[in-house]
Amino acid sequence: MIYLKLFWEFFKTGLFAVGGGMATIPFLKNIGESTGWYTYADLMNMMAVSESTPGPIGINMATYVGFTVGGVPGALIATLGEVTPSIIVILCIAAVLKSFRDNRYVDRAFYGLRPASSGLIGAAFVGVALEVLTGIEVATVGMVNHMSVHGDLINWKGVALAAVLLVLTNCVKKVKDWHPIVFIALSAAVGIAFGFAGV
Amino acid sequence: MKELWELYITYAKIGVMTFGGGMTMLPILQREVVDQKHWVTEEELMDYYAISQCTPGIIAVNTATFIGQKHKGILGGILATLGVVTPSLLIITLLAGIIQEFSHLPAVKNAFAGIQVCICVLIFNAVKKLLKKAVIDKRTAAIFAVVLLGGVFLDLSPVWFVIAAALSGIALKGLEVRGK
Repeated sequence: MIYLKLFWEFFKTGLFAVGGGMATIPFLKNIGESTGWYTYADLMNMMAVSESTPGPIGINMATYVGFTVGGVPGALIATLGEVTPSIIVILCIAAVLKSFRDNRYVDRAFYGLRPASSGLIGAAFVGVALEVLTGIEVATVGMVNHMSVHGDLINWKGVALAAVLLVLTNCVKKVKDWHPIVFIALSAAVGIAFGFAGV
Repeated sequence: MKELWELYITYAKIGVMTFGGGMTMLPILQREVVDQKHWVTEEELMDYYAISQCTPGIIAVNTATFIGQKHKGILGGILATLGVVTPSLLIITLLAGIIQEFSHLPAVKNAFAGIQVCICVLIFNAVKKLLKKAVIDKRTAAIFAVVLLGGVFLDLSPVWFVIAAALSGIALKGLEVRGK
């Protein structure tokens, strides 16, 4: 039953992804890999659309992935799966708000959770960067990921655009505060002008 | 009943006005639920935000549940959350269908190939921003490095890294307190 599995996978994502929408990326990547429902490239396209449309990015991604897997019911089930743990956890915390904030074990757990969440998104970034900017392909053998080169080692067009975007989003005053949607639109235009997909 | 409906509609409106991450919702929430409706105070909103960022799940949903719960109890929490996800469900399912229709066109393929590079950079920037708050000493730096390498080279569900990290946080901080 695909809908049951979809709900369960997104329930796990909602329960374990700490730190908002971006923190769900490593989970969504893992779901795609373990089920074969969608590829990494598909996921990145979904992220792009999610970032450029109204609504919180995390919810948009859940809806989009759910739709890709199971149409309109899939979209509904994935989204409900992802928000259910939030509702349960937050309602529990709201009931004991003060003691939750002062609890030393909670405080200590977050001391470890914050860097781990950054590490997981960092690993997702490495995966995305390898896929988009290089010809290195990652294949899993047993529990370990092996890397091999297919085609050109480096996608120079992509690297050049990434370098320009990095400078614009980090170093140029005023420009770096622009909404991501501007950079996404810019990249789409560059992609079309320079034939990024090679078609 | 009328108040629950108002909660749902208000949150659907907030969902439409949000672009990007849950953090971009903060100014909208300040205006809608603090200044106009007086459902929560500014201080409560800040507390909810602080907790929502470090608890599991989407920040927007976590704050919606908090505010809905404060205003109208458990049912309020659920309705506020359903409200905030409604626009996403409608807009994305509509768009996804349209994009599927046109995805074979060369221009669309090239555009998405360009956008993928941008997404790469956006994720990198997100990590950079998170690191400032997360990596505050040698031990948190070590946890970051171990999870990063493990995430790249091992085929393990992120769930295990999260559980291990929470336990190491409790253990490391506990040892520190005992050592003093």
